[in-house]
Amino acid sequence: MKNISDKSMTTKKEDRKTSIMQTALKLFSTEGFYTTTMPSIAKTLGMSVGNFYNYFSSKDQLAKELMLYISTVLGDKLREINMTDTSVKEKITMIVHMYFTIARERPELIEYFLRVFLSNREIFTKECTGMVCVSGFVTELMLFFDEGVQSGDLKDQDFFSALGLFMGYLGGMVFLNGEEVLTHPLNEYETAIAENIYNALRKQ
Amino acid sequence: MKPRLLWLQGVTCNGNTHSFLNYPHLSYLLETFEFLYHPILPSTYTLEEISTCEYECDILVFEGAYDPRMERVGMNLERVVHHYGNHAQYVIAAGSCASFGGMFKHTDPEHITGLGFDEKEPKGPFAHSTKLINLSGCPIHPEWMGYTLRMIADNKPIAIDELHRPKELYAYLAHHGCTRNEYFEWKVDSDHFGTKEGCLFYKQGCRGPMTHASCNKILWNDVSSKTRAGSPCFGCTEPDFPRTNMFETKTNMSIPQDVPVGISKRSYLTMAGIAKSFHIPRLEKRLIDDNA
Repeated sequence: MKNISDKSMTTKKEDRKTSIMQTALKLFSTEGFYTTTMPSIAKTLGMSVGNFYNYFSSKDQLAKELMLYISTVLGDKLREINMTDTSVKEKITMIVHMYFTIARERPELIEYFLRVFLSNREIFTKECTGMVCVSGFVTELMLFFDEGVQSGDLKDQDFFSALGLFMGYLGGMVFLNGEEVLTHPLNEYETAIAENIYNALRKQ
Repeated sequence: MKPRLLWLQGVTCNGNTHSFLNYPHLSYLLETFEFLYHPILPSTYTLEEISTCEYECDILVFEGAYDPRMERVGMNLERVVHHYGNHAQYVIAAGSCASFGGMFKHTDPEHITGLGFDEKEPKGPFAHSTKLINLSGCPIHPEWMGYTLRMIADNKPIAIDELHRPKELYAYLAHHGCTRNEYFEWKVDSDHFGTKEGCLFYKQGCRGPMTHASCNKILWNDVSSKTRAGSPCFGCTEPDFPRTNMFETKTNMSIPQDVPVGISKRSYLTMAGIAKSFHIPRLEKRLIDDNA
């Protein structure tokens, strides 16, 4: 009985932690990293600041865990696509669709990556250096590229050249969409973008 | 009566014969076994006499790839190997050519094999034979041949893997005991071969983490190994040896095509990506600074 009770407590705390992260993500991505404070997040959640620190010991720790969380969410989606038995071209279409769907349904995930993680590197230099906080997502992209080259579909080139072309393109479109400068809804660009990415990466 | 050992050669470069001469306890073997014939050691019979198939041996050591059409001193190799091998208690394939076909298989892939394997597929006169022991390597490590013969002399059982290699020698990877392991752990590459620093896996083609061999556990001449000397492991004990471009690591968009044996690529890339994120100045310096 004790174990069940402990498990229940742990699950409850984890649920609460996830709920805090979702609220923090929204605040960080809309209000900015420095404007958003630990007390302001606690206040939005209706928690005392003291209790809030039971979940995250510092703002930097929260920032790091948020990036890990986003990378895991995106990595899991990408993993599903990687495991699908279909062509490289079709997978590119699926990845573009997945990324734009998340940008539409959970914009705070992409916004946090673009406007907090990439724009405030000083927060992440110590414990989130290099691939540490984004490995869940980047590893799946590595596997996608590796399979694409092995199957003869994609051109063999430096990993970061391909990564920049693929994710820089998608991130840029989401950024433009956030700035409300696109003339069409984001999903209407999916087909053309997927085709452009395939044409740019494929073996000539 | 001493156990009778016969050393025959198929399509070979003599590399295993020469490597065997470096066995430090060779005199023990010469005293323990009767060498019916060996290409360069004192022997009871000549090759011409052996080729008559009038004798029998207890241990047949075969060096080189197996080509059943080959003739030695006017005698068909297939007949000689069948005669001596069928009577022997043990058949030892000395080197990768005798084990899997190796280098010489590439001259005629349809006909040339190892004694019991064509690369990793069972084929050849001793395919599926329980008396077959493969000592792969290009060449064999003299200690590996010494170990096997001493185990036979002492009448001790030799546990073998699915490719008929003694587990005591081939359960390890060439990676085990490599002095560059810290560089491998932190993903610090070596830009050149021949230096003391850096891991040879990422650029120089090292097959250590995928190669079953005890080269870094039982050192060559009790002194060194390829990777310790700064040369990549070529994976010479594996059935796919020799591969092409052995001084290059095959990559796809900078990602190694092959990863350490038994580890999923997803797991490896996750671990490698994180490890590579850290900058460790100690591992980027020369071990011994010539200007200090």
